Amino acid sequence: MIEAHGLTKRYGPRTAVDGLTFRVRPGVVTGFLGPNGSGKSTTMRMAVGLEAPTSGTVTVGGVPYRELPNAARTVGALLDARAVHGGRSARNHLLCLAQLAGIGARRVDEVLALVGLSEVAGRRCGGFSLGMGQRLGIAAALLGDPEVLLLDEPVNGLDPEGIHWVRTLMRGLAAEGRTVLVSSHLMSEMALTADHLVVIGRGRLLADTSVREFVERHSAGFVRVRTPDGAGEQRARLAGVLVRAGAHAEPEPDGALRVTGLTAARISDLAHGHGVRLHELAPHHASLEEAYMRLTQGAVEYRSAAPAAGGPAAPGPWPPAAPGHAPGAVPHPYDTAAAAAGGRESEA
Amino acid sequence: MAAPGPVLLSEWTKIRTVRSTTVTLAAAFVVTVGLSAVVCALTNANFTEATRNGRNAVFDPTSTSFAGVFLGQLAVIVFGVLAVGNEYSSGMIRVSLAAVPRRGALLAGKTAVVLALVLAVAALTSFSSFLLGQALLGPHRTSLDAPHVLRAVVGAALYMALICLFSVGVTAMLRNQTLALGVLMPFFFLVSPILSNVPKVKTVARYFPDTAGSRVTSVLQQPDAPYGPWTGLGICALWTAAALLGGWLVLRRRDA
Amino acid sequence: MIELHELTKRYGDKLAVDRLSFAIPPGVVTGFLGPNGAGKSTTMRMILDLDRPTSGRVLIDGRHYAQLREPVKYIGALLEAKALHPGRSARNHLLWLAQSNRVPVRRVDEVLALVGLSEVADKRSGGFSLGMGQRLGIAAALLGDPRILMFDEPVNGLDPEGILWVRNLMKRLAAEGRTVFVSSHLMSEMALTADHLVVIGRGRLLADLPMTEFIDRNSRSAVRIRTPQPEALLDALAGAAVTAEPVGDGAYEVAGGDAAKIGELAAAAGVVLHELSPQRASLEEAFMRMTAESVEYQAGGGSGTAAAGPPAPGGSTAEGSAAGGSAGWGADWGQRSGGGRRGRRKTEES
Repeated sequence: MIEAHGLTKRYGPRTAVDGLTFRVRPGVVTGFLGPNGSGKSTTMRMAVGLEAPTSGTVTVGGVPYRELPNAARTVGALLDARAVHGGRSARNHLLCLAQLAGIGARRVDEVLALVGLSEVAGRRCGGFSLGMGQRLGIAAALLGDPEVLLLDEPVNGLDPEGIHWVRTLMRGLAAEGRTVLVSSHLMSEMALTADHLVVIGRGRLLADTSVREFVERHSAGFVRVRTPDGAGEQRARLAGVLVRAGAHAEPEPDGALRVTGLTAARISDLAHGHGVRLHELAPHHASLEEAYMRLTQGAVEYRSAAPAAGGPAAPGPWPPAAPGHAPGAVPHPYDTAAAAAGGRESEA
Repeated sequence: MAAPGPVLLSEWTKIRTVRSTTVTLAAAFVVTVGLSAVVCALTNANFTEATRNGRNAVFDPTSTSFAGVFLGQLAVIVFGVLAVGNEYSSGMIRVSLAAVPRRGALLAGKTAVVLALVLAVAALTSFSSFLLGQALLGPHRTSLDAPHVLRAVVGAALYMALICLFSVGVTAMLRNQTLALGVLMPFFFLVSPILSNVPKVKTVARYFPDTAGSRVTSVLQQPDAPYGPWTGLGICALWTAAALLGGWLVLRRRDA
Repeated sequence: MIELHELTKRYGDKLAVDRLSFAIPPGVVTGFLGPNGAGKSTTMRMILDLDRPTSGRVLIDGRHYAQLREPVKYIGALLEAKALHPGRSARNHLLWLAQSNRVPVRRVDEVLALVGLSEVADKRSGGFSLGMGQRLGIAAALLGDPRILMFDEPVNGLDPEGILWVRNLMKRLAAEGRTVFVSSHLMSEMALTADHLVVIGRGRLLADLPMTEFIDRNSRSAVRIRTPQPEALLDALAGAAVTAEPVGDGAYEVAGGDAAKIGELAAAAGVVLHELSPQRASLEEAFMRMTAESVEYQAGGGSGTAAAGPPAPGGSTAEGSAAGGSAGWGADWGQRSGGGRRGRRKTEES
């Protein structure tokens, strides 16, 4: 369990994290989302005691990280995959960490096998690819067999097999009753991994709900309807009926209809009533991405229009093509703070 | 098949938009002129002692006013190394080669721009160093009208330009700026000067690019030298041509 | 159009790319997939003539890359996000690139605005985040307004807005009739972006197919049905020798079923359907089945904390709309020997 109460972090005049209160429960994978610069990394760094909050608290199992009796065995974190001494081997890197935490050397080989690095355990990590570095970081996070895991962008640089593996791992860890908090920019990936979401924007809490609820609340679903191929008359008749019933029906490239505003059952009844046979009647949830875009749009736009940025966002000549997508898709300029933040990734 | 114009323009933009260009070239000027001036001033102040203790029986005011070249050339070398090396250190070489697939044209364009820039700075440095040096030498000064003096001053500028291009070639061969600096700096600062003073090795060290090339900066003939000032500069030019050729071959053959 | 003919690259005794032949057509987004070490990056570098093929060749609109006059106007590429001098500003980086290929200088400001970097155009690019570097790389690729675009992992480091923006950009470029060739490790992202797929493993071509065909060939399909009259429907289906399994939540699934046929059967029996959804496996599943043999580093399964076991059903989560929703289909991911090379097909020379 991770709990934040009124968590606030200021850097000079800038508030990176602004009165965050949320709770990350055990047993589920909690996704931690937000635009660049929204304060995700800062929050995670405060959770593992790397930065001190300006005010408020963040606790792990009810205790602030720095007061945990054996922090390495309680909390495992992957914050920066590149934070490894380049000249040291993967095994030695983990051995150092294990010794610091009083963990046996046997566990080092266990986690190396778990992340699939056994064969390269003796090689210098300097030569590791980003994906291998990521695996090593995950091994380090798992070293103490911790109850609480914090992973920042864990699938960065991994190949499809690795991405699938990380997803399975996180769901498995949560299923064992552990607390898993994972940040990511990949909405489609998050949709497959997370059960619960904490969304922040400009350092403030925007949402703290289940994924399903989040998607339902912030976007509209649709139903794909297909009439027999070659029976254009049936399709036209159905479209007419649906529109009269208050729905919005758009043709899809493959000849199906994309219907919004009516449930599948209602569409079925209408079709039935008008003698239209259906070859497909498939309800679709809107994507997590779409829901996310709607929610954070305000946060992003506010940032773009901030006076520090020197002017409002120039509207992109290529607006989002897909209907129903939030206008947050237009390219937004980075604020000057982000540019000045140097090597520090994203959370400027 | 990029025409030379666009490549030159593009390389000019590359070189003028990084700070290291200004820093290294300014350093070359300041170090050469400054150090030469200090040596000249000190020589003037302690003339009798300086010439008596010096190994040269006859005093050469021209080469005294180029005393700073030995150190200033290091900045010129860094300029040459960075001009090529930063493409490799950043991975930008792949963007450059995708834009200019003819590798010879890319290297030639870069070399031409480096040459133009370094020649301008070296000429300014050389004349400034000479004129300031002579002014500080007071009664012991010489002038541009004196025999061979103009040759030495122009030669000093050419020498610095050649050393710079030599570094360009070596860096293109090594494809790594850290490595190139690690090879060139110790060579010009330590290895070559030391070997030039070891009795037997001396005869070989004479043909090193810096030893051979810098001969042109002194007006006095050295009786033991097997070649004259222009031949010396020619030897240096051969080294430079070889380095650039090597760089071109490596760039052409190797995967980027 | 990019065409590869028997393209081969050997490093010592390691064959990185092995007689690759395929063509990347204009007008669609072509995804380039493969496990780590499959040879994707080497192939992309050979397309740009950065790496020399051991044998075989690449043609860009019928010509070798080195023969292109002002290549930036033919093909724009993003290979690495931060392949630029950290001390040079974004504008100057684009400026030299524009000058080298006689691209009008005003185009620099156009592409900067397009990728949303106008505000930071004069800042040292060394201070850019990975995402900003990625945007600058995309700007460089677009600079010459080329007919062919190639992107290696373009969404790396971008935030969700950036990812959506890049996806829409690629679709838009393809819709304008350009050739768009993009590699990615993110299957869920690729499923939303690409129309056509080229898959390689261990340097060899594994598939060159439209997305839907790729998924159909490399995974099982099913039809999900839901009805207020399950008895009547099951009877109707049984009459046509179609078996439906209950999958919980009041729904049934027909493995390998044809939605149109089931629709007709239901209509004939007068059964009302509340759902009739063809279920397609995810691109990820199809990809995993196909490339299982050619993965270089495979994470260990059983030994430790939690990696073992099939992934938990993902059906509860929201499904990407274009992916056709089948998040919970991973139950047989563990068995990854079977699918192997089944979907492999020789490429037509074009």
